[in-house]
Amino acid sequence: MRSLPSLREPCIRQRHAERAAMRHRRIAASTLGRFLTTCLLALTLSFVGQYASAERSGWPTPPASETSGPQISGPLRGGTADHTKFKELKGPFANGSEVTQACLGCHTETGEHFMRNIHWTWSYTDPNTGQQLGKRYLINNFCTNSRGNEGMCAQCHAGYGWKDETFDFTDETKIDCLVCHETTGTYYKTPNSEGHAACSVMLEGKPPLDLVAAAQSVDLPQRANCGTCHFNGGGGDNVKHGDLSTALIKPPRTLDVHMGVDGLNFACSACHVTNQHVWAGSRYNVISKDTEGTGLPGQRSDVATCESCHGLAPHPVDSIAAFKLNDHVQSIACQTCHIPEFARGGVATVVDWDWRTAGKTRDGEGYHEEGYIQGNGDHRYTYKSIKGNFTYDENIVPEYAWFDGQMRYTTIDTRFDPNAESIEINGFSGSRGDERSRIWPFKRMHTWQPYDKGNGTLVYTHLWGEDEAAYWGNYDMGAAIEKGMADFGLDYSGEYGFIETLSWWPITHMVAPKEQALACGDCHTPRNSRLAEVKGVYLPGRDRNRWIDILGTLLVAGIFGGILIHGGIRIFSPKGDQH
Amino acid sequence: MALHHVKIFSIFERFWHWSQMALIMVLLISGFGLHGFHGLLSFEDAVTLHTLAAFALLLLWAFSVFWLFTTGAWRHFIPTGSGLWSVLRFYVYGIFKGERHPYRKAYWRKHNPLQALAYLVLKIVLFPAIWVSGLAYLSYYAWRNLPNAPVWLENIALVHTAAAFAILAFVLIHVYLLTTGHSFREHVMPMITGFDEVDLTPEEEAYLRTDEPSQIR
Repeated sequence: MRSLPSLREPCIRQRHAERAAMRHRRIAASTLGRFLTTCLLALTLSFVGQYASAERSGWPTPPASETSGPQISGPLRGGTADHTKFKELKGPFANGSEVTQACLGCHTETGEHFMRNIHWTWSYTDPNTGQQLGKRYLINNFCTNSRGNEGMCAQCHAGYGWKDETFDFTDETKIDCLVCHETTGTYYKTPNSEGHAACSVMLEGKPPLDLVAAAQSVDLPQRANCGTCHFNGGGGDNVKHGDLSTALIKPPRTLDVHMGVDGLNFACSACHVTNQHVWAGSRYNVISKDTEGTGLPGQRSDVATCESCHGLAPHPVDSIAAFKLNDHVQSIACQTCHIPEFARGGVATVVDWDWRTAGKTRDGEGYHEEGYIQGNGDHRYTYKSIKGNFTYDENIVPEYAWFDGQMRYTTIDTRFDPNAESIEINGFSGSRGDERSRIWPFKRMHTWQPYDKGNGTLVYTHLWGEDEAAYWGNYDMGAAIEKGMADFGLDYSGEYGFIETLSWWPITHMVAPKEQALACGDCHTPRNSRLAEVKGVYLPGRDRNRWIDILGTLLVAGIFGGILIHGGIRIFSPKGDQH
Repeated sequence: MALHHVKIFSIFERFWHWSQMALIMVLLISGFGLHGFHGLLSFEDAVTLHTLAAFALLLLWAFSVFWLFTTGAWRHFIPTGSGLWSVLRFYVYGIFKGERHPYRKAYWRKHNPLQALAYLVLKIVLFPAIWVSGLAYLSYYAWRNLPNAPVWLENIALVHTAAAFAILAFVLIHVYLLTTGHSFREHVMPMITGFDEVDLTPEEEAYLRTDEPSQIR
């Protein structure tokens, strides 16, 4: 009797193996079957081509709807509490922090959760490179650095009062709940420190805050909440990202098919799903190629990739071309075809910034000039004494490159050749040979910005402050760098210059409806291919073997000439018998 | 030996020939469009047409190979040296002197030696080159993760394009030669009606008249 189980076991294993093999065969057969069926279907469709294309256009693009409901914010739907009825929110509140304390009275765990996220820490350590990233430390090629300028820059910190190194990152009462959750649209923040008198004027005349109304209006974050900071990064509307502008507060579906108020009306968190106040989707750690797709029901709420909703074969297989498009998912990020241009919707983005011209004054005062009228009619500054010259662009065709998701930053600690022609603020890697890489669209940002000419490093510039060294108000770049570096014990040679820097912004918002997506021929063409600069792959239509083309053309032309000669001689030759 | 009107192209052969002609035209036009030589079709439409036509042609070829071997018709394409030189000499010289074409169709040899050789090369070199490379090309995404896949793809594309040029060259010569000797119409009619003038031995004639009367006029 004891031998029975051991006898049975191999049998069971074998049955398992057989079942697995059968399953494999079934899958293989069904794939082949599906392919053949599709070929037949496509053959049929090609005879009624007009019909087919008319029918196809309905999917998967959500059709425009006339009414717009509430924004869709991800898994959590339908509240069970009316915040206007809470006595805790009746006020009065002396400041935002008191509202937060009221929030935390019921949402007991939120403070602890929140203080772990990047909106609070402004700090991120790259798990692969070990680099210390995050807004708190990084240098970009817009306003360059928040470090030392928190009095101004930390207006976009989801907290209250961060103006210098003394800020207490463990004090949960300093969390700013309202900036993300209030929905009156009247809430605003002001710099955490006064700054130079020349700058304070821009903050005068704001209406007083109604904290009670704001507190009672709380809801899941709307696009306008996130947009307060994310649409205005870099110091103005769409300055930084190019694909995140105030045009997305109430976008038509033609600007963004997911967020469109006449379409799906997604809030940001519909894709940037949130778990304990930690959001999916990161520019620091990009998932370049999602190979898992949608997962089973209830799974995969941890990513903001297109595939996490649309799956790994996103195009409905109703034509030969759709087959090919689904294949392309292996090589091409969805964004590459589905965001044909960014900075759409009438709001321009800055593509070039020149700090070399900053610091000019008129009668000892800083000034600014408007020189660009964007699509929505608004004027944009093309010069500011505090920042230099800007170049704007809109409806921009992105740059394209293989991207594996890994950014490598030039941080304050990075040493480079001071005579280098240009520096990449965030170089990225990726190639055709790397299985994780896909071709992605990017915004390219070019800047002339200050650097330490002697040491070959980027610099922390002291821009904001009440002191004599703050650049914004005093316009002395040397002094501003001197202090910006000294405040953090950083080595500065004493000699600054300006260096060309590039930063790369993966484009992922402003997804157009499918009828506006790129066509095959936008890349597969010998002239003006969107992917003209993308290396490492033979692209049919774009690429050719020059010698085969020359020899083949000569062959065909030669035969054609030969035929003409042969035929010509025959015409003038004596006719033989005509049998 | 005497010339008779005999059916040399069966209904299947004629169907094969003309549908193959149509498919190859579609493939050449869409293919060179994909290659970037013209913009008559969008890339998407060209890919669709090219792929569908290629699958249809492969299916047709599968039937034709079966037909060739079951009917024994494959023997028409066995290469032979005898008479090859005189046909070549005719096209480069004799044709201008008004000479008669040196070849007479026989019942079991309906192509002249040059023709048979040309068709054989087409069947065993050019066509396999284009469909093998074409299938590999089409299925690129199934093997893109193999080592050096881009290099393979480039070479596959090279073979495919080279074969396409060669097939286009064949088509040009093939059509031009229809204008030689007899009238263009007389060359084309056999592939429509099936009947052409064939040199029959008395035994062949007797056989056809007795057992296959519909095959001879």
